[in-house]
Amino acid sequence: MLTEITTLNQREAGAMGHSAILRDGANKVKPGAGEFAGTVGKITLADPRMSARNVDVFYGDKHAIQNVSLDIGKNEVISMIGPSGCGKSTFLRCFNRMNDTIDSCRVTGEITLDGQDIYDKSKDVVPLRAQVGMVFQKPNPFPKSIYDNIAYGPRIHGLAEGRDEMDEIVESSLRRAGLWKEVKDRLDQPGTGLSGGQQQRLCIARAIAVSPEVILMDEPCSALDPIATAIIEELIDELRENFTIAIVTHSMQQAARVSQRTAYFHLGRLIEVGNTDDIFTHPRHKLTEDYITGRFG
Amino acid sequence: MSCANIVNSMNDSNTNGSTTVEKVNASLKRRYARERRFRRMGLSAVMLGLAFVSLLFLSIIGNGYSAFQQTKVRLAISFDEQLLDPSGERNPKVLSSADYNGLIKNALRQAFPAVQSRQDKKELYRLISNGGSFRLREMVLDDPAIIGTTRDVWLSADDDIDMLVKGHIDRNLTEDDRRVKDSVIAWIDQLDQQGAVDLAFNAGFFTSGDSREPEQAGIGGAIMGSIYTLLVTLVLSFPIGVAAAIYLEEFAPQNRWTDLIEVNINNLAAVPSIVFGLLGLAVFINFFGLPRSAPLVGGLVLTLMTLPTIIIASRAALKSVPPSIREAALGIGASRMQMVFHHVMPLAMPGMLTGTIIGMAQALGESAPLLMIGMVAFIVDIPGGPLDPSTVLPVQIFLWADSPERAFVERTSAAIMVLLGFLIVMNLLAVILRKRFERRW
Repeated sequence: MLTEITTLNQREAGAMGHSAILRDGANKVKPGAGEFAGTVGKITLADPRMSARNVDVFYGDKHAIQNVSLDIGKNEVISMIGPSGCGKSTFLRCFNRMNDTIDSCRVTGEITLDGQDIYDKSKDVVPLRAQVGMVFQKPNPFPKSIYDNIAYGPRIHGLAEGRDEMDEIVESSLRRAGLWKEVKDRLDQPGTGLSGGQQQRLCIARAIAVSPEVILMDEPCSALDPIATAIIEELIDELRENFTIAIVTHSMQQAARVSQRTAYFHLGRLIEVGNTDDIFTHPRHKLTEDYITGRFG
Repeated sequence: MSCANIVNSMNDSNTNGSTTVEKVNASLKRRYARERRFRRMGLSAVMLGLAFVSLLFLSIIGNGYSAFQQTKVRLAISFDEQLLDPSGERNPKVLSSADYNGLIKNALRQAFPAVQSRQDKKELYRLISNGGSFRLREMVLDDPAIIGTTRDVWLSADDDIDMLVKGHIDRNLTEDDRRVKDSVIAWIDQLDQQGAVDLAFNAGFFTSGDSREPEQAGIGGAIMGSIYTLLVTLVLSFPIGVAAAIYLEEFAPQNRWTDLIEVNINNLAAVPSIVFGLLGLAVFINFFGLPRSAPLVGGLVLTLMTLPTIIIASRAALKSVPPSIREAALGIGASRMQMVFHHVMPLAMPGMLTGTIIGMAQALGESAPLLMIGMVAFIVDIPGGPLDPSTVLPVQIFLWADSPERAFVERTSAAIMVLLGFLIVMNLLAVILRKRFERRW
């Protein structure tokens, strides 16, 4: 019964090919809590920027992400929500292979960027991370000047020829991050001397300085006060014009405010995905409903 | 519930409360007494430590400060042409091999015409250090024009005279019990009355090499030997240690092999230093045939000894760099090496430098392994390079501490003061570097 209501169990779906996953049941029947029979909602898009298929992540023996498939569309903001430890950050870090830095971590499945498998042996991780930038939970500017913070990425990738071009990149990145007016007179001062919100915008500017296609944000506002959070949320909305953004957040309000699509994770599984408005107004899975109505999490 | 009940229950809680407070108060005294006792114990431990340190410093300085002065005796030396250069050709070869001791003897005989017997004359000649003749030769070779003139020259006194003037020889003892005869004391007193005895700064102590004669012995050779040895150690152990630490911390996979290596590095740090000396003797000298007593070999041995210290300190420094910095660099597409060299290493540098300087200070004070590779030899010449035979400061101290002459006691202490001075300077340098390079994130 359940396989008819929601999508197929995805292992079978994977075996059958992608078309099977496309079966999107528009049914109102809610599976009971704890029951999982495949992701509810439409995980595929017609023209995705990145797509993950049957991704499993293991930390040693721990199975942190179980068979998750999800597409990230062009110029959209997709938010990933869920209770602590549900694996949403781990999943996000698969998209630029940040998990490679953890020795015990193993990723299986397929993740593509513009149709190319990023875990392919021939694919180098350095250009990948230039294409898929990342903003971290805690603002982490380099203990260098504001200018050098922005210029570092373009410098190591050789994106600027000459001082003028570099100045231009630094200025435009800071402008796009809405930080230019505040720091233009003190570009030579350490980035660590800025306030928390400014530091996070500096990190966003640093990420966009190498003009990536996708920006991953791992709870970018969790260390910030409400005003700084509001500024960053506005910024995310503006950045959507040029970039694809995947944001992990523990704040459902934030997910509702900034994203077009929302994915709900629970215990390493992708429970439900859909348009943000639908998820928050008509959750179809019992677990999603429990979470967004505040019954747990 | 009635009012009375409430009041009752409040009373109950009150009585309960007061007993708690009483109990706390009762135990309070004991707790504070215990704390006071502990603080007193800690304080007395610190005081005891300080007392021993100051005792050490007092005894070393008290014994050694007089070595920085040297007794000089003024003699009217007549540079007799007949004695120095009978042919009058001023040939440097003739001049350099002339009998300058004769000049000193003549001057002494002139100063004390009353001394006649052969025995007494012998005693008289021993007033002046036999290094004095070198001094006169230098003067003549510098300026041959002084031949035929008479000059007042301050010459170093013999070490026994030096001790007598400095008061280290007790004049009240009977003649048989002291190293200086009554007649010698009388001569010195006579010279002193003429103003011909003086204590001057002992520059030779810092510039000359070792000698059997205490008044000519200096730490110049040992200092140069220590400098060459430490240079070799630094040049080898800093890059090797830092590279090993970076590889182990940043690049090596975490598996059984790296665990084994880590355990062995920690073990190596605990190996007694003399074992490294034996290893150096067997490998560097016997197998590779490097010269004995050379600072190069000493440096190699001390490199082996300081490597674990530097590796452990550098790894700790790398570990203390927050992972967020690494993630930031990797997240923007830096390669691992760029991450390490652009971001992690600059932040870990102060810790690495501190570890290195502490390792160097250890190496500077090390004597046991150097005994094994022959740096304990008696070497008069000041080494001109890392392949010349030489000794180092701590070994020089060891050698002098073994010598019976009273004058070597003060020189031993003075050499210890110089060594401690170097160590204090190095530790200060470590503190300053740490403060200077420290960056907050």
